[in-house]
Amino acid sequence: MLYREAGDFKTSYGKDSQTFPLKFDRWAYWLLLVVAFGVVPFFINDYWLNAVLLPFLIYAIAALGLNILSGYAGQISLGSGGFMAVGAYSCYKLMTSFPDVSIFFHVIISGLITAMVGLAFGLPSMRIKGFYLAVATLAAQFFLVWLFNKVPWFFNYSASGQISAPERTVLGYAVTGPLATAPAKYLFCLVFVLLLAWMARNLTRGSFGRKWMAIRDMDIAAEIIGVNPLSAKLSAFGISSFYIGISGALIFAVFLGAVDVNDTFSIQKSFLILFIVIIGGLGSILGSFIGAAFLVLMPVLLKNIMVGQLGWPSDLAAHFEFIIVGALIIVTLIIEPHGMAQVWRLTKQKLRLWPFPH
Amino acid sequence: MNQMNAESYVTADGRTIGGVVMEMKNITLRFGGVTAIEDISFDIREGEIRAIIGPNGAGKSSMLNVISGFYVPQEGEVWFHGAPRPKMRPYKVAKQGIARTFQNIALFEGMSVLDNVMTGRLTHMKSGMLSQAMWWGKAQREEFENRAQVEKVIDFLEIQAIRKTPVGRLPYGLKKRVELARALAAEPKLLLLDEPMAGMNVEEKEDMSRFILDVNDEFGTTICLIEHDMGVVMDLSDRVVVMDYGKKIGDGTPNDVRNNQAVIDAYLGVSHD
Amino acid sequence: MPDQLLFAIEVALNGLMTGVLYALVALGFVLIFKASGVFNYAQGVMALFAAMTLVGIQKGQVPFAHLINSIFGTDIHHFGWHVPSIIAIILTAGVMVLFAWIVERYILKHLVNQPEIILFMATIGLTYFMEGFGDLMWGADLKRLDVGLPQGINDMIDITTAEWFGYGFFIDNLDIVATIIAAILVAGLILFSQYTKQGRAMRAVADDHQAALSVGISLRFIWVLVWSLAGFVALVAGMMWGAKSGVQFSLSLIALKALPVLMLGGFTSIPGAIVGGLIIGVGEKLFEFSIGPLIGGATENWFAYVLALLFLVFRPQGLFGEKIIERV
Repeated sequence: MLYREAGDFKTSYGKDSQTFPLKFDRWAYWLLLVVAFGVVPFFINDYWLNAVLLPFLIYAIAALGLNILSGYAGQISLGSGGFMAVGAYSCYKLMTSFPDVSIFFHVIISGLITAMVGLAFGLPSMRIKGFYLAVATLAAQFFLVWLFNKVPWFFNYSASGQISAPERTVLGYAVTGPLATAPAKYLFCLVFVLLLAWMARNLTRGSFGRKWMAIRDMDIAAEIIGVNPLSAKLSAFGISSFYIGISGALIFAVFLGAVDVNDTFSIQKSFLILFIVIIGGLGSILGSFIGAAFLVLMPVLLKNIMVGQLGWPSDLAAHFEFIIVGALIIVTLIIEPHGMAQVWRLTKQKLRLWPFPH
Repeated sequence: MNQMNAESYVTADGRTIGGVVMEMKNITLRFGGVTAIEDISFDIREGEIRAIIGPNGAGKSSMLNVISGFYVPQEGEVWFHGAPRPKMRPYKVAKQGIARTFQNIALFEGMSVLDNVMTGRLTHMKSGMLSQAMWWGKAQREEFENRAQVEKVIDFLEIQAIRKTPVGRLPYGLKKRVELARALAAEPKLLLLDEPMAGMNVEEKEDMSRFILDVNDEFGTTICLIEHDMGVVMDLSDRVVVMDYGKKIGDGTPNDVRNNQAVIDAYLGVSHD
Repeated sequence: MPDQLLFAIEVALNGLMTGVLYALVALGFVLIFKASGVFNYAQGVMALFAAMTLVGIQKGQVPFAHLINSIFGTDIHHFGWHVPSIIAIILTAGVMVLFAWIVERYILKHLVNQPEIILFMATIGLTYFMEGFGDLMWGADLKRLDVGLPQGINDMIDITTAEWFGYGFFIDNLDIVATIIAAILVAGLILFSQYTKQGRAMRAVADDHQAALSVGISLRFIWVLVWSLAGFVALVAGMMWGAKSGVQFSLSLIALKALPVLMLGGFTSIPGAIVGGLIIGVGEKLFEFSIGPLIGGATENWFAYVLALLFLVFRPQGLFGEKIIERV
């Protein structure tokens, strides 16, 4: 009987457009925040924080970004890996060039730089659509990775060609470098996730969101009723790259500490982010989180079961991971093209009516 | 016919028709070798309901597309508010106060009715990205002001009950109405309706006719519509343009057009007895 | 003739041969896209899977050996026989038909009427599935593929050019054979689609699904047919590429190279796929030869995409596409 909207009347437009229209959901949300900030970092062991929660948070940011571009604005991109690399290398250059500035700003400025690069690669979207655009974003992927590989300035002429994050602190706690503790890293990323998810929600429920969805659903009609396609598409590219850039910066500086552009930001990463968005739900903020949680957890579980429990060699687990991810994508698209977020939404609707479904 | 040359006049039912707001001057539109519109001129006066009729393939929809700036004619000029309109992208035309509906409903299927109608307000919403991302005072206020305006339109067209329904689930007749709502939400000076009653039953047609008349009457919106149903056209419109094979074959009040031999021939075929 | 020019010509000729392979993969894309509107990202992995299956059958590998060994603690690898190349090829072709049938039965059938972009993403899923499945079935190690195609420098060209220009061109026999086989394949496909009943039905489906259905063409049969054809094309491409540089994961990446080819040539044009493939093959080799050393090399990684991107910005319909008239 808790999960009801009866008696929960909206008396203003503000109330009507809030994120969680039901009181129950609002309480659940605040509770989740308290747990995420107050309980998780102190009671979860470092392995889970480092191997599961950290990548979950960071991939969720990237997925939010790609979801804005693909789910809301309808522009498919296969270049996420390349844009993450831009974020990572920007962050590296900023960290080493301005060691006195807070890492917090480094990460945000990395996002802004990536947004600029994203705008440049978004320009062709004026002329080309659909698959053609998807393939065109591959140009960004391969060119950017090549660039970071070949121009020594980007990796400060290090012999290995890798970049590694120096130690930086926030409020006295190290969040990057070898001394950073798992809870500090986790909280640092959590702040970004929260901020960015909240911004994404605001953008997508306002006039920008409507512009994007209008372009996605029917671009010609959108233009005729007054949407400037140039500004709508470019703003989606810019915002999306901003998110993806931040996630790239966090992957490098906080999660991995050192990256090689070929391994970390390859085309596989682009696909991973795309899969998170598809499985989680195109055009859904919540979906970005569900998808990220799923695709981060699944390999860990598979490995634990197959390698840990059954004692199989780890390459077998890797093959199964491919098979399962691929099959899941297909099954998701067949059963529910809007992903797990839609399944969740439908379940909630049923729950509202329960136990009287008619 | 005398009254039509005057600056403004009052119709039999008491509406004031003003001067010319839009004038098409010798429009010719070609696609490759096909001439869709050939040397057509006509004007639209402020506050009137102007109809364009003609058999299938006469070039009516192309004409609306020229007015909304989607097609650029090879020859001729579009005059708006007494000056030739420079070549401009459709979204700029929309910003000048021209809204429209489409022959094959062009709603945004992935969005709710409310969001669809809200897209009609996009030309009026100007708050920046940062302000929206933060949901600051300005963006929030703008959102709610426009929401209030949209609610008026929703009330007016009696679609309150389906506000939050995804558009994809609506039946055809309601979709047409939502599309009209989206166009009205823009508070247009000139409203273009491309076959607003196509595929409707008699009841739905009556509803739609009533809405069109009310829009014209209450908001003083100038309307230019394409319609196949002769009865509806004759009842609704102040003046009618008749097109056939891309040419204009008649122009005048419904009565003038009804008695025009070229029009009768085009619609009924030339009689041989 | 100056040496630089001679080198450039040799590079261009070799690029032409690479281009043939790109064109072959692109051809598979075009076939499927025309008949079902599916942009089949899995074309590359189909080539990989076909090549793996071919090697596996030829060498008498036990399918899923790795998995079986892990579960039962056994140590089996090979049946101990060798299958002649020609029979192995025929069997592999049969596997590809089976694959086409499964794809139609379990994926396409359920995704009819979905937007093209959903279908595209489904084929990306299929790609992942096939990569994992192929590795699980035949093992992920690098395999040598030998079906008896001639390989090595073509002495005749080497000697002749040496006589003419004083510099012998290095052209691999395998490339020449690949070009000839590709030409035969394309000619065969064109004859098939022009002069047979199934070919005509295929073209009808390509033109308009609904209309084709209404005159009694079975969509499902046509889809199995085109996916099978695309499977054969993938088999040929996989054979060529595998003979050249071994059968391994990187083979599936030629699919990625076929994408810019399609952007140049248009998704629906067979001549476009071929011309596009040749342009990209020659273009990337010449670019690497002339500009590559100045900017650090390895430009083949991105040249094709950037070229296609720039090209499309100025001509969105591709080389052979028609100008699109948009309507509302």
